[in-house]
This record gives sequence, structure tokens and C-alpha cells, in this order.
Amino acid sequence: MDAAATLAAGARAFTAYVQGVLGEDAYRKYLQHREATHCDEPLLTEREFWRDRMDRQDHNPQGRCC
Amino acid sequence: MNQKRRNNTTGTDVLVQDPQLPPVAVEPAAVERAGRWTPAKIALWVAIALLGGVAWVVLAVVRGETVNAVWFVFAAVCTYLIGYRFYSKVIEKFLLKPNDVRATPAEYKADGKDYVATDRNVLFGHHFAAIAGAGPLVGPVLAAQMGYLPGTIWIIVGVVLAGAVQDYLVLFFSMRRGGRSLGQMAREELGVIGGTAALVATLLIMIIIVAILALVVVNALGESAWGVFSVSMTIPIALFMGCYLRFWRPGKVTEVSIIGFVLLIAAIIGGGMVAGTDWGSAFFHLDRTTIAWGIIIYGFIAAVLPVWLLLAPRDYLSTFMKIGTIVMLAVAIIVVRPEITVPAFSEFAGKENGPVFAGALFPFLFVTIACGALSGFHALISSGTTPKLIEKERQTRFIGYGGMLMESFVAIMALVAAVSIDRGIYFAMNASAASTGGTIEGAAAFVNSLGLTGVHLDPSTLAQTASDVGETTVVSRTGGAPTLAVGLSHIMHQLIGGTAMMSFWYHFAIMFEALFILTAVDAGTRVARFMLQDSIGNFVPRFKDTSWRVGSWLCTAVMVAGWGAILIMGVTDPLGGINTLFPLFGIANQLLASIALAVCLAIVAKRGSFKYLWMVALPLAFVAVVTITASFQKIFSPVPAVGYWAQHNAFQGALDAGKTEFGTAKTTAAMEAVVRNTTVQGTLSIIFVVLSIVVIIAALLVTWRAFRNGGGTSNEDPAVPSRIFAPAGFLATAEEKAIRAQWAGRPAGRTPARSGH
Repeated sequence: MDAAATLAAGARAFTAYVQGVLGEDAYRKYLQHREATHCDEPLLTEREFWRDRMDRQDHNPQGRCC
Repeated sequence: MNQKRRNNTTGTDVLVQDPQLPPVAVEPAAVERAGRWTPAKIALWVAIALLGGVAWVVLAVVRGETVNAVWFVFAAVCTYLIGYRFYSKVIEKFLLKPNDVRATPAEYKADGKDYVATDRNVLFGHHFAAIAGAGPLVGPVLAAQMGYLPGTIWIIVGVVLAGAVQDYLVLFFSMRRGGRSLGQMAREELGVIGGTAALVATLLIMIIIVAILALVVVNALGESAWGVFSVSMTIPIALFMGCYLRFWRPGKVTEVSIIGFVLLIAAIIGGGMVAGTDWGSAFFHLDRTTIAWGIIIYGFIAAVLPVWLLLAPRDYLSTFMKIGTIVMLAVAIIVVRPEITVPAFSEFAGKENGPVFAGALFPFLFVTIACGALSGFHALISSGTTPKLIEKERQTRFIGYGGMLMESFVAIMALVAAVSIDRGIYFAMNASAASTGGTIEGAAAFVNSLGLTGVHLDPSTLAQTASDVGETTVVSRTGGAPTLAVGLSHIMHQLIGGTAMMSFWYHFAIMFEALFILTAVDAGTRVARFMLQDSIGNFVPRFKDTSWRVGSWLCTAVMVAGWGAILIMGVTDPLGGINTLFPLFGIANQLLASIALAVCLAIVAKRGSFKYLWMVALPLAFVAVVTITASFQKIFSPVPAVGYWAQHNAFQGALDAGKTEFGTAKTTAAMEAVVRNTTVQGTLSIIFVVLSIVVIIAALLVTWRAFRNGGGTSNEDPAVPSRIFAPAGFLATAEEKAIRAQWAGRPAGRTPARSGH
């Protein structure tokens, strides 16, 4: 692998990490989960999924540390 | 049936994995083999131990004029590495005994939403962002009053033997219980009385913590047009980000965080310009009481608004800022390597009348530095989201223990930043306005009267510092955040931007602390409201319905009134606010730690691991002695500066004698305020110590009963064999890589043992 490819791979890994920590991959993981389980509930679209995710936090608050 | 299960009294299960699958765990024998010592490994660990040892000698024994900050980094990192490699492994091997054949809640309860197996390194970042806030940045700054060494020792040794142990244990036990919260575990393990005491304590602690964090922000923003402008701009920025994610581009979290970050920097730069104009400085120059009311109103509105509008976008911003700033500060300290002139032990290490916080080194140093060494609040996080996301049991050591070590490192950096500034400026900033009179001349006279060796403060130095950081004054900016901001700007301007950038860095630091704190205020109010609704719901069932507007608004109002009253009390306190209230914050936090450790003690005893009970008993005993002694001194000490009731009686006596001024209170109204405030503070101290004693006794009884019976019933979820594999630590070992290669050919979709639906 030449330097440019290594750098690009590093940048990709870094982006993926930041996205993971911020939780951007949540919908992708939801799809993966649904694919693996084949349950009958209707599949949420991306927009519905994020709405649902935020709204569930309204009813299940988590503390932030001091 | 490819699964055999045998329950024994300790609650551990013997599981057998599906033979169709590649290994889901590294064989215990292979783990042993990987841990075997080779000459290269021995050399590496000897080198780490030597470097750490030398660093400690430089910090603690060598008495030069100055000490370089880089030694703090070496002492901390080497000690953390040794603690992580040896002590946490001992805890893992003998006490917790994680079993990777057993599925975690993220696997057996997988629902693609709350329970999602998450990559360990991502989860580490996630967990760290959730536990680290303003706490580790503030406590060490105040503790610097006693010199650098007491704080450094407590932060580093405390985290290895207590703080990280607590986080690791709570995370592991909550994971074994499907991600149950600390409150639920307390009720299960300690019974009704212990559980109720834990619940009441948690609720009170929420109120105290939110109030004192808000007080830190108020003190940082008071009379600072620049700060008020840039921090209030975070509200429209967050609203914009919320709408962006809700309506325009759902899920584009990184994108919106970058946009928000750019806007935030613009708000900091804009704040400087606005504060430079006449209208700007007139409009945004607010006194502390006005700002306190602003935060109270904000706190109420923020806590009743939907999460997506304000809290979630703020969270993204603060995660982004947190990790970025901490990395930046670490790099800056290593590159700039500031010389520290503060003595190892200051004049106040042996006294109990320090101007920053009152009380002797023992126990008050150990409550002043809570977060960073041992923080009870973490038990709420470690039993919240994180256990529902863990992929494999053995990863809890890396995430729980390792995550807390990271936070401790943040506290060390905050300490370095605080001790890198001139001691005269440090005391002028952190002594209450009652002592300094709020003027540069008064502050200089007060600091020079303290009799600190090598300190002679000139009023012009204070004026210069204020103008460097773009403020009208730095005198009596108590609370720790402004001192840290001065320290950070002192270090950062040597790396980027020179003196011209000092004011930017100062306000950058204020901004990111305010961001964490306002998020914590919002989230804390929400959590407390839900706990209150749940408790009232036991008597009036309708309150349990969290979508009932009236109930949730009412409970929010009660909670906001609770912390708001303490906040206003702190802001208007004639004795100074932070120096009387901060010990309560620390005591509350350490009390929560003792509750968490008490629950862990009971669980360990029920598991029958009496031989290794000391690993929990040691930190529990220490934190119990510290909180109970500190509370007793706050209640019974005859020294007015230390004892709330002594202060109360002194002022009450003066009022009864018809005096119109007493000590730093110059009017009868101020004297009455002191009498009122000390009543509240003294009463809270009594409640805290009683709750803490009740919980500890409950835990000791459960432990004793378990000891007599040789164990107890386990409240763990039933064991289910795992069907996934992932490495345990930061880097995969050779065995783990080999197993991963066997999994590589298989389809990505995994079949959970039991569907979550």
C-alpha cells in the first residue's frame, strides 16, 4: 500500500470512529439488526427512525456527568 | 439442545456455545498463555515502572524552585498503565470473572435501538464523553490551594484503587442485570430501607450537583459581556442544529456537529467584538443574580422542551468539544511543558482556614476533588446506557476501568493548568468577594496579607491579566472555571496565537465548560423530574404517566425550584458562595459513591467471593470515613469557617446582641441571609450523613448475612450463550485476530440467541 492509500484508509477509519462516537451509525445498525432478525414490525424509514430515537429519549432521560 | 446450564450458589453459569459457530470467546488457557511473561514484556514494564517512579520522585521528593509539568504527565500515565495492567486484571480474574461465552444484554436483548452491540473503541469514546464533564475540571483547581502534591496523589492513587474500581464494578454488575439502574440494583440488593435511602440520596444529590454546577457558570459569566454573549448564543445554535436534524437532514450528526462547532467559534469571536461596543457591553454586562435567574428560567424551559430541540444537539456539540479540547490540552501541555512554581505543599495544607475552600486537608481535599479520583455520579452513567451497548463481557475492564483512568487524566491536566498560573493571581481569583472587596487593590492587599512565600501581588498584575483575557476584572471569579480558563489560555497561547489570542482561549475554555454544565443542568433536571414523578406515582398513579403535561411540568418546577433556591443562595451569600457550598457538592458526590460501592459490596458478598471482598471494602471504607468525617465537621465543628452550625450560631448570636454588622456581613439583612443559608446547608449535611450511614449499614447487614450463609441469591439475568465474537481490549491479541479470521467468512447478519421482539 502506498502512502496515499494508507492515509486515505486512516482518514476513513477516523471518520468512522467519530461517527460511531457521535452515534451517526445508529440507523445503519438498526437496519442490520432488522435484516438479521426478520421480525414482522414495519421497518422504520431513516426519518422515522431518528424521530423515534429522539422521542424515546423524552421518556427515558439519561444523566450527564458533572 | 446445544446448551447446558448449571446454576450454583454464586450465580455463575457454565455455558457451552453453539458448536456450529467459530469460537465466541478466547479459551481461558489461551488468555493465560497470552499473559505469559517474555523478556521483552518484562523490559517494557520495568521501563514504565522506572519512568513512573522517577516522575513521582521528582514531584514528591526533589525540592527545586520549579517542577516541569511533563513530570505530572509521566507520573499519571505510568501509574495508570500499571494500575490497568495489574490491578484491574486482578479484579477481573478473581472478583468479577467475566465470561465471554455468556451473551451481554446488547446481544440477548438486541432491539436495534437501545440494546445494540457497539464496537469497544467507539463505546469507550461514548462512555468517556458521558462520564467526563465540568467536575474534573473544577475540583482540582480549587484543591490547588493546598499545593500541587496532595491533589495529584489523590487523583492518581484514588482513581486506581477507588474511582476506576467503582466504575468497573457498577458497569459489570449492571450489565449482568440487563442494564438495570443503580437505584433498581440498590432496591434489589439492599432491600426497601436501603433502596429508599439510596433513592432519596440520589434525588437530593441531583439537586445539589445541578445547583453548584450552575453556580460555577454564574460566577464565570457575572459582569462578563463577552462570556454572556457567546454562551447565550449556544441556545440559538442548538435550536438550529435541532431543526436541521429533525426536518432537513435526519441522522447527519457529524455534519451538523461540524456546522455547530464553526458557529460556536464564530460566537466566541463575535462575543469579543460585541463586548467591545458600547451597546454590547451595556446590554450583556449582567450582574450575577440576573444571570442566576436567567439560568433558572432556562433550566425550566430546557427541561420541558422536547429532547430533539435543545438537549440532543447540545449533546453532540459538547461531545465534539470535549474530546477535541482535551486532546488539544494534552498536546499543549506536552509541547509547551510549563514550569510550575507552586510548592508541593502550600501554607494552607496544614491549616483549615484557606480562602478557596475551608477545612483541613483530611477530609476536605478528598471531597473537593471528587470527579477525577472517585465520582459517585459515574455509577448512574455506568448503570445507564453503557451496559446496554457492551458487546462482550470482558470488554467491561477496558471501558469501565479504562474510561475512568482517562477522566482522571483530564483532572490531572486541569490541575496542571491551575498550578501553571501565578499563585498571587490564583488566590486573587479564588478568594471570595467578601475577602477581596472585589477590587484589584483589595485583592492585592488580601493576597499579600496571606503571608505566602515568594508571592507579592501588584494590583497592576491583576489589571493586566484581566485585559489579556478580555475581561473587566478577574478578582474573585470563584468556582474554578475562570481559573482553569486563565491557565488554559496561559498554556495555549504559547502554542497557538501568542498574547493576542489569550482572550480567545480564555473564552473558549469558559464556553466549553458552560456548554457541559448547561447540558448537565438540563439532563439532571430531567432525570430528577422522572425520579420524582415515579416516586409520587406510587401514591398518585397518574404521575407515572410521563406524557401527562401537568404532572411533568409540576415536577420539573419542583426540581428547578430546589436547585434554583440553592443557586440564588450561593450567588447572594455574604460569605462567598463557592467556598461554603462546594464541600456540599463533594460530599454529595462521594456519598453517591459510597452508596454505589455499598451496593457492589452486597453483590460481591452474595456471589460468595469473600476472599476478595477487600477490593470493594477498601474504597468503601475510605469514602465512608471521608464523607462521614467531612459531614460531622460541617455539622459539629466549633470553627465558624468549617462548621455550618457554628457559623449559624455566631451570626444568630450577633443578631440577638443587636449588632448591625458581623464579620464579612455588613448589614442586618446580610446577617439574616447567613443565618438562613447556614440552616439550609447544615440541614442538608445532616440528611446526607444519615442517608449515607443507613445505606452503609444496610449493605453491611446484607454482607454479613451472605457471609454466614456462604453466599446469597443472585439477581443476575439468566445466562444465555453468546453467538458473536469481539476482542476484549483496545488492540486485538494474536489469538483474537485468529478467531476473528474464522468469523470473517460468515455473513454479517448475526442471529441473536433470543429476539428482542
